[in-house]
Parts: sequence; C-alpha cells; structure tokens
Amino acid sequence: MQASDGNPFVAFERVQKSYDGETLVVKDLNLSIGKGEFLTMLGPSGSGKTTCLMMLAGFETATHGEIRLAGKPINSVPPHKRGIGMVFQNYALFPHMTVAENLAFPLQVRKMPKADIEAKVAKALGMVQMGAFGGRRPAQLSGGQQQRIALARALVFDPELVLMDEPLGALDKQLREHMQYEIKHIHESLGVTVVYVTHDQSEALTMSDRIAVFNDGVIQQLAPPADLYERPENAFVAQFIGENNKLSGKVEEITDGVAEVVLDDGERVSALAVNVEGPGSRTLLSVRPERVVINPDEARIAHTLDGHVRELIYLGDHIRCRMAVAGNDEFIVKVPNAAGQKHLAVDSHVRVGWETEDCRALDAA
Amino acid sequence: MKLKHILIGAVSAATLSSAALAEGQLTVVSWGGAYTKSQVEAYHKPFIAETGVQIISEDYNGGLAEVKAQVEAGNVTWDIVDVELSDAVRGCDEGLFEPLDLSMLPAGADGTPAEEDFIEGTLHECAVANIVWSTIFAYDTTVLAEGPTTIEDFFDLEKFPGKRGMRKSPKANLEMALIADGVDPAEVYDVLATEEGIARAFAKLDTIKDQIVWWEAGAQPPQLLADGEVVMTTAYNGRVFNAFAAEGKPFKIVWDGQIWDLDLWAIPKGAPNAELAKQFLVFSTETEQLAAQASWISYGPARKSSAALVSHYTDRPDLPMAEHMPTAPENFTRALQNDFEFWADRQDELNEVFNAWLAQ
Amino acid sequence: MAVTEVGTDAPGGEARKAKQPKPAPLLAADGTPLRKKLRQALMLSRMRAFALVAPLLLFILIAFVIPIFAFMVQGFYDNEYAKFMPRSTEALADWDGESEPTEEMYAAMVADLVAARDHPDRPIGRVATRVNRELSGTRSLFTSTARKAARMEAPFKDAMIKADKDWADIETWQAVKVASTAWTPAYYAASLDFKYTATGDIVRQSEDRRIHVTLFLRTLEIAFTVTVLTILLGYPVAWLMANLPLRTSNLLLILVLLPFWTSILVRTTAWIAMLQGQGVLNDVADWSGINSMIVWAELRFAELGDMLWPSVWQEIANRFDVNLAYDRLALASLCANDVNQVLNQGQGALDGLAQRAAADLTDCATEMLAIYNANGVEAAVAKARELKADAGFAGYGDERFSMIYNKTGTLIAMTHILLPFMVLPLYSVMKTIKPSYLRAAKSLGATNWVAFWRVYFPQSVPGIGAGALLVFILAIGYYITPALVGGQDGQMISNFIDFHMRRSLNWPLAAAMGGVLLIFVLFFYWLYDRIVGIDNMKLG
Repeated sequence: MQASDGNPFVAFERVQKSYDGETLVVKDLNLSIGKGEFLTMLGPSGSGKTTCLMMLAGFETATHGEIRLAGKPINSVPPHKRGIGMVFQNYALFPHMTVAENLAFPLQVRKMPKADIEAKVAKALGMVQMGAFGGRRPAQLSGGQQQRIALARALVFDPELVLMDEPLGALDKQLREHMQYEIKHIHESLGVTVVYVTHDQSEALTMSDRIAVFNDGVIQQLAPPADLYERPENAFVAQFIGENNKLSGKVEEITDGVAEVVLDDGERVSALAVNVEGPGSRTLLSVRPERVVINPDEARIAHTLDGHVRELIYLGDHIRCRMAVAGNDEFIVKVPNAAGQKHLAVDSHVRVGWETEDCRALDAA
Repeated sequence: MKLKHILIGAVSAATLSSAALAEGQLTVVSWGGAYTKSQVEAYHKPFIAETGVQIISEDYNGGLAEVKAQVEAGNVTWDIVDVELSDAVRGCDEGLFEPLDLSMLPAGADGTPAEEDFIEGTLHECAVANIVWSTIFAYDTTVLAEGPTTIEDFFDLEKFPGKRGMRKSPKANLEMALIADGVDPAEVYDVLATEEGIARAFAKLDTIKDQIVWWEAGAQPPQLLADGEVVMTTAYNGRVFNAFAAEGKPFKIVWDGQIWDLDLWAIPKGAPNAELAKQFLVFSTETEQLAAQASWISYGPARKSSAALVSHYTDRPDLPMAEHMPTAPENFTRALQNDFEFWADRQDELNEVFNAWLAQ
Repeated sequence: MAVTEVGTDAPGGEARKAKQPKPAPLLAADGTPLRKKLRQALMLSRMRAFALVAPLLLFILIAFVIPIFAFMVQGFYDNEYAKFMPRSTEALADWDGESEPTEEMYAAMVADLVAARDHPDRPIGRVATRVNRELSGTRSLFTSTARKAARMEAPFKDAMIKADKDWADIETWQAVKVASTAWTPAYYAASLDFKYTATGDIVRQSEDRRIHVTLFLRTLEIAFTVTVLTILLGYPVAWLMANLPLRTSNLLLILVLLPFWTSILVRTTAWIAMLQGQGVLNDVADWSGINSMIVWAELRFAELGDMLWPSVWQEIANRFDVNLAYDRLALASLCANDVNQVLNQGQGALDGLAQRAAADLTDCATEMLAIYNANGVEAAVAKARELKADAGFAGYGDERFSMIYNKTGTLIAMTHILLPFMVLPLYSVMKTIKPSYLRAAKSLGATNWVAFWRVYFPQSVPGIGAGALLVFILAIGYYITPALVGGQDGQMISNFIDFHMRRSLNWPLAAAMGGVLLIFVLFFYWLYDRIVGIDNMKLG
C-alpha cells in the first residue's frame, strides 16, 4: 500500500503555514498519501501535525504551497465540498440530535432520499455494532460508544478519505487499545484512505501503514512502523519512538558504512553510520534496551563496555535494569526473564555489548 | 435635589446635634425647583433665623399617595405639605390632614383681620393657602415673531403650525378647550358636567391631538420650549417666569384663558412635629413672608395685604413683579378658577375617558 | 387472558403476601435501626443547610410573598364603605338592586352619614370616594348630604331627596350597593373593562371608558416586539463575544455591560437627547440630507404604491399611519424653505427673494412676491401662511422624524436597556458550544448556513429561551422608560398601575391590574415551559 509517486491520492506540495506572519508552524511540507493507505501523523504537541490535518480538511488555509486531493488542487475548495470524513478529538456529536439523526445529517445535506438514508444509517450503525442505539442522545452514551458513533458518522456518506484527530485521546487505556483494532479492521474492510493524527506512538505503531513523524513543523521521518522503530534516521525519531539509550561521541573513521566512534569517556565502539557527516563529527549513538547483551560472548562482539548496575525493576516478563555505561547514568537494559538467565545485583559491575548493526550513529542534535 | 436637601439637613443636624435637637426639626415638603427655592428664601430662612429649628426640605410631585401611605401605615415623616386645593379638600375629607384652628392666623400687616385679608376661598378647614398659581400657555418669541395672543390661537394649527405641549391630565386641558371653543369661563364647569360638554371638550382637543407632546412634571414644559420640541406649551406660570427672569429665556406667557388654582399648606394627620408645623404655617402665611416669596417667583400671594409689598424680582430691580402675577388685572380678563368640587367628583371618570381618548 | 390471570392468581397472591413475614429491619452497629440512624445523621446536615437559607426564605416571605398576596387580595376586598356605614350596608344587602329604594334604606343611610361625620377619623370622604368610583359625581352628594344629615327628620326619604334630588335616582343606590359589598369582583372586572352592577351582573364598560384591554394588548405587543428586537440585535453580538479572541471579547463584554451599570433614568434621558425632534439623530439626518432623501423616497414609494395598487396602498397607509401628503411634493424642501423664511422674517425675506433672478424662484416665492408687490408685506405673509396650510406640510419640525414621545421611542429605549439581559444568557450558552460542532457539520457536507441553522442555532436555543423569557417578563412590567418617552401611544399597563397608585389613589384597581399582569406573566411562563421546557433554560 505504498504511495505510488506517479498519482498519489493526497499530496502536500511545498506547503507552509504561518499564523502570525513571523514564525512557520509548518515548514515546507511534502507528503504523498496513496489511495487506501492508513497514514499516521505522529509528533509532540505543537509539531504541526494537527495544522496539517486542518489544512487538509479545509479549516485552515495554507500560507504557501498546494494541497491536492485525487489530483485536483483543493486549496480554495470550502470544507463542505471536499467530501472528507472527519472524526474529532471530542467526537463533536451534535447533542441535540439522536444518534440516528447525527448519522443522517451528512446524508440529508446531500439531499439523499429518505429511504436510502435510513438504510445507510442502519448499515453504518451495524458496522460499529451500535444498531440498537439509534434513538439515544449522545449524552446517554459512554465515551467508547460515542467514539463509535463519531466514526460511523464520518463514514456513513462513503467518503474516500477520512481524517481522525486524536480520536481516542479521551478513552481509558483498555478501551483505547480495543478501539485501535476496531478502527484498523474497519479500515481494512472498507479500503478507505485514513489520515490519523496522534501523539501516542504505540497507537501509531499498531494501526498505521506508514507513519510521518513530525517535529518543529517538519516531517522527521516517513516510514512503515517497523522501519521507524528499527531504523530511525535521526536522533529525534530514535528518541521519540520507543525506548532508546543514547551515547554521545565522535566519529573517528567510517569504513563500509560502519563508523568507529570514540565515546566521551574514551571507550571505542563501532556503529552503523546512518546520519553522520564523516570523520571528526560529533554523533549520538542509539541502542534499543532490548538489544543490549549482558556479559556477551567477547568473540562475537568486538567492543564491550563496563556497566555499573544502579537499579533493578522486576516487570514479570523481563527485568528492567538501569546502569551507568560510558558516563550515561540512565542506560537501560531489558533482561529477559528466561530460564538460566543470571541474576544481577545492584551495585555489581557487568560487561555490556551489542551487535554493530543494533547501534546506529545519528546526528548529534 | 431631594437627596441634597436631606443631606444638608442630616449634616447640619449632626453637627449641631444637641442644640438642634432641643430646638426641634421640621420636614417641609413641596414641589421642588424654583418654587421650593422661593419658599426656602422667603419662609425657611427667616423661620430658622427666628426659631433655630432645623428644616429638612423634601420634594414631591403632588398627589396624595405619599400622605395616604404614611398616614395609613401610621408612620408619618412629613410635617407639612404644599398641596393643590383639590387634594387639600379630598385629604381633609378622608382624614389625612389635621383640621386647623384658623383663628391662629394673625391679622395682616395693615391690620385687616385674617379672614378678610385672605382672598376668598383660600382658607380651608385643613389647609391655608400661600399662593395663587395658574396654568397658562407660553411660547418662544424667537420662534414665533408674531405670537399667539388668545387661547383660541393655541388650538389653531393653521395660524400657528407646530407641536403643543400639554399636561398629561384632563385637568385644565378640558377647561381650556371649552374656553377656546367659545364657552364663557363662568359656564365652563356647567358645560363640562354634561356628556355633551365632555364630548365637546374632547372634540376640541382632537383638532390638535396629533401635535401634542404630553408633559408630566412642572419642569418639563420650559425644557420642551427651550429644546424647540414644541412651539407653545401649557405650563405653570411660575416656571415660565423663572425661565424667563432667571435664565433669560425668550419665553412669553399668554394669560388669556388661564386656569388658576391655589397651593396650600396642610399638615398630615399624625405629623411628628405638628405643633412646630403649625407655627411654621402661621409664620409663612404672614403678610411679609408671602410678599417676600413673590419677589422670587411670580405666584400671587394669598393675602391681599401682601400685594402692596410686592416690588421687583430679587435679582433684577428692573423687573417689577406685579404684572407677572396671575392676579394682575390685565392678566385676569378671561380667567377661570379650578373647581375643586367638580374635580373631586369627576376626576375618576374623566381620567378614564381621557386615558381612553389618549389610547385611541 | 388478563381475566383468567386475575381470577386464578389474585386470591393466592394475597394469601402469599399475607403469610410472608416482614423482613427484620437492618440494624446499625449500635443496635438502632439503620433507617432511623440514617435519618438522624442526615437531620443535622439538613438543619444546617436550612439555617443557611432561612434568612433569605424569611426575607422573601416577608418582603415578597406576603405583600404580593396581600395586594392581590386588595383587588377583591374593599371594605371602605362597609366598615364605616354598617347600617346601610345591612339594609342594602337584601335589596334586589332594581326595585324602588325603601324608607329603611334612607333611614339607615341618614344614620350612617351622621355617625360617619361624627367619627373621629372623619371617614365620610373615604366613603364618598368609594361610591364615587362606581358613579361619578356622588362624592359631593355624600359630603354635602352628610353635613345636613344631623338635622334630618323622618320620613328620611323625603328629607334626603329634598337635600339633593339625586337620592331619588336609583342609579345612586345601585352604586352604593356595589360599593357596600366588601368582597367584590368590581375591581378585577374594571381592570378588564367590565362593570359589576348592583344586580350582580358583569357587563362591558361603556365604549368611551374602555382602556385597559387596549393597554394590556399594547403592553404585550411592546414586550413581544422588544423581545424579538433584542434577539435580532443581541444574537450576533453574543456570537461575536463567544467566538472572538478573549481580549476582544472582553472589550465587547464591557461595552455591553457598561450601559448596564448606568441608571435607567440616565439612559432613558440620553435617548431623549438623541431622538427628539431637535435631537442629535435628527440633526445629523438633517445636516447630511438623509432626512430629505428619506422623505423623497417615502413620497416616491407612496406614488408608486398608489399607482400600482391604489386600494392596497391606502390600506397600508391607514394601518401604519404613514403620514404622506402628495401635496408635499408640490412644496418640496426649497419651496417650504421660502415660505418658512417669509413667515419668520417677514419683509426681510421678501426683499431677499425679490433680488433673486426670476428663473431661480420657486413657485411659492413667485406667488408671494406677486402679492408682496401688489398688496404689501401683510398680504404676502398671509399668503405664506395659506400656502403652508394648503400644502399640508405642518412646517415646524415636520421634516424631522418623530422618534420619541411615541411607541417608536418606547421600543428603541426599551430595546437598548433590555439588550444586556438577552446578550448575557446568549453569550454564556454560546460560550459552551464548541467550535468543533460547526467544523464537524461542515466536514459532513453542510454549507455555512446549514451548519449554523441545524447545528449551532438549535444548541443556542436554551440561551434564546432564557433571554427571551427574561426580557419579556421585564418588559411586560416596564414603567420608567415608557413613562418618560412613551408619549400617548407608548404607555404601558404599569404606567396606569402607577397612575392609580399615586394619582387617583384607587389602590384596589391598581391591585387588580397588577394581579391580571401577574397572571399574564405566569401564563407566559407556563406557555414557555410547555413549548421550550423550563429546564432547558440556561443562564450560564
């Protein structure tokens, strides 16, 4: 489901947005979204992701650049003519209408015959398993139920594109996870294109075909979830997606894509040269906690470092170990709670190491 | 104005506390504006100087409502009130005012006994008149160079187009309408006592109804004239005189068809300082005081003996008062005294008819 | 099926119920029944809560409920006559109101009159006033007869009729009979333009004295119009306040509230200065020429109306009192100006006209000059007067709009004064309507108008309801503003209640009118509850 570069369904081209004329909230955004794709815009608040969504929906106008939908520029098309379904953070169900009336609303404004409306509303309610709730008012529903209705309403008029603005933000954790699967399933069964905004990385990882990580008005990385986690392209993404250990140092030399790095305390390690300029430049090494090996086989791993165990947290399936490594006091190691695993003790010293391809040398930002 | 008076009273009462309280205090209620001022100058000040009593001057808008409320609630705060004749009679009949012993009134300055010195009809069981006032009409001489001269002109829209001010009440209006319609002033109340007479009066008012601006407080008509809202208006003669004499407004009074009436002092039943009030009543209706008031406002004194003492307007020695009095012979040619008996009998009905006519 | 069920089940059911032992009451830890314990525990907090509201409750009771109740009763109960005239009251109680008055009635009346005159409170005036309300002119009849009553001797009928022939008139006695009834519908009947007669009937008041129904209707009309106007004007303002950035909306809020903090009297007086014939608005209109433009448009409109639909136009003109004389066209401003100048300045103006070129002269000027040259100043001025009267333009102030001392003035001033009462509830409701609703509606395909009308507006209805109810109820009892700017056709019922309270001293009638007004208010409250639902009302 990758975007076909030749004819993307949604395209942002050199889009900029400024509210005050002095600072750019979105800087030179280029993004193509394929038909049927589930694309998530992920980023901290203020990163520009919601602004992008609102420009796509038509509630904000781009200061510069062009947004195209199915090949046609839509910059000057008013929101109600864009035919884009939208799910809002607080659901925005009309409180003075019943559930069925809420669902019928987009069909009524399209002047659909009454019989068709009833059929479509019933079908949409069935899709979110809320068939029995048509006569209720939104205020009589639970948060999860309201969310389903909001979803059904955004889909009932068969839009080809659905935008979701942090739709699960107000739900508790369990319900949220449940709804993630449900949205995912609906997406798969309808084949509709979804642009989803969230600041919750696990949500993004669970649901998306591709994730665009936003920071500071710029897409830091656009990639499928696995790539994003396994192969972050810069320090921000590495830090933002999943748990990460960082070690700063200086590149000494690069051979065949592998950099020799001297850490700040003088130790030497090798790492994949992903985002470094060349010998002599500063770099930030990124190692996932679950890829760190304790007391490794020295024959397989070239460089090992000393780890001073500071704290152990028992988490059932694994033990979380915080230690001091190469001057980083917050170095986390996840030790699987497997048979034959040696128990660590606080204040003991161990050797730690990792495969070279698990350590990525990124920009020093 | 009212508040100011009360404040002055309160402050002076507070500062002079013990002495003042020993002398007592008196709440005198009148109509406010230039009229109250004339009373303060002519009555209050000399009375205070003579007796040391504190006087609190309050304003009201006429009518018996406040007096009735106070007497019926048994909580009378007013000591003496300046009332119209019809209210004095009605209040007396309904037991709202103290009956007075008229023998307490002294003879005039020239020695005439009181009952002869007071103009006929100005002494009453419960009230003693201080002035003769009149409802007249007036116009602005800068607007109408060749002004109206008779009451007929007031009702003549062809000769004098433009708006008229009139008091929102049947009183005086119906009488003026009949006089303007050719009824002899002496017969006005006989005519008005009949259905046809009432219809005739309203028919006359109908001819100018569209052009009437209604006023309610005595201070309004001079203001309406000054603002150019009306070309002529009925008014109380003293108010117009004051605008003319004190403020230099170019207003002129037409005396023809004037409806004159009395203002009297009456003491509410159960007044807290009734004895002092009587003292004040006697003092203020003495020849000198009545004459003094006439130099502040153009209302005629109720004592004949005062006429000789009336000279000129206080601030303007060039302005003799005599010719501005309602009772001056040249002003009195077609004059009618307001018949309190008629109005006491008929006002409920005529008010209803008047209001129904207004609403048409 | 139901029958068989009852037939078979009912006796068994009752038997079962009777046998079933009552469950033992639950006990609290110290052995007292739980129910009792709970009551005790709640009692203390309830009493504390009641003590907190007790002063207010007492205040409302003493200062509000009791006076209103007492006042409404006063509209039914008036014993001014019965209290002081007990004998005649008794004698009249059995009289049918139609037959010839009996000697007993005359005798009782004389006895009462003598007693009333000797009474220390001198109640004869009050009695006379009471009877006078039923029949005009009986006041002096009572006071004068009372003076002579002590000297009267039997037979009293002849003696009284000799004192005043009105005593022979059955109308007099009918009035006395109505007045002597202490519990009486007379005042409530009067407040609705009916008359309660001695025979116990209620009939329409004679036409020239019907006033109250007209006034009630006008009061409702004004209150309703003001409510609609405040909605129309207040809605956009409230919308702006709810949707603009905080700083701007705070400024707006202050602008809305600022007049709110000014005395009603001051605001009303300010409107007088604005709207009167020589007021600011008229001066601006006059100076800028808007005045004559409107008059011109009015005339053209009238002309067109008359040309196209003469009968319809006449109807409109009559109904809305459009005061348009065609002849005014003939004497359009320039002409009128010349006439006015001649009237005000006489010879000077005529000489001025004489120096103008003949082509520059208006028709009026030409006419006046001709007469001036032939017969002198006096005749020319007379001609000017004639022209003015003929033309139907009433000269002074007529080219200016009458916006005050009439219903227009009342409407304008009341709308302004009551506007905050509409804006504030609207604002507080609109503040709670999230902008995402409108966005959602638009994203679902609604145009701006549909999104507003179907999504935003229904949610703002509780605010409109609260504001409308507030404004309507305030407006229906409005008093100071119509009294000051109402003129003759802008008066409301409260002004007449005031009149009867302060001027005519007919307090029972004022009470009856107030009672009717209160019933109106309650009726509209009930209507509102039925249509909108009172729990839908939101003040914030």
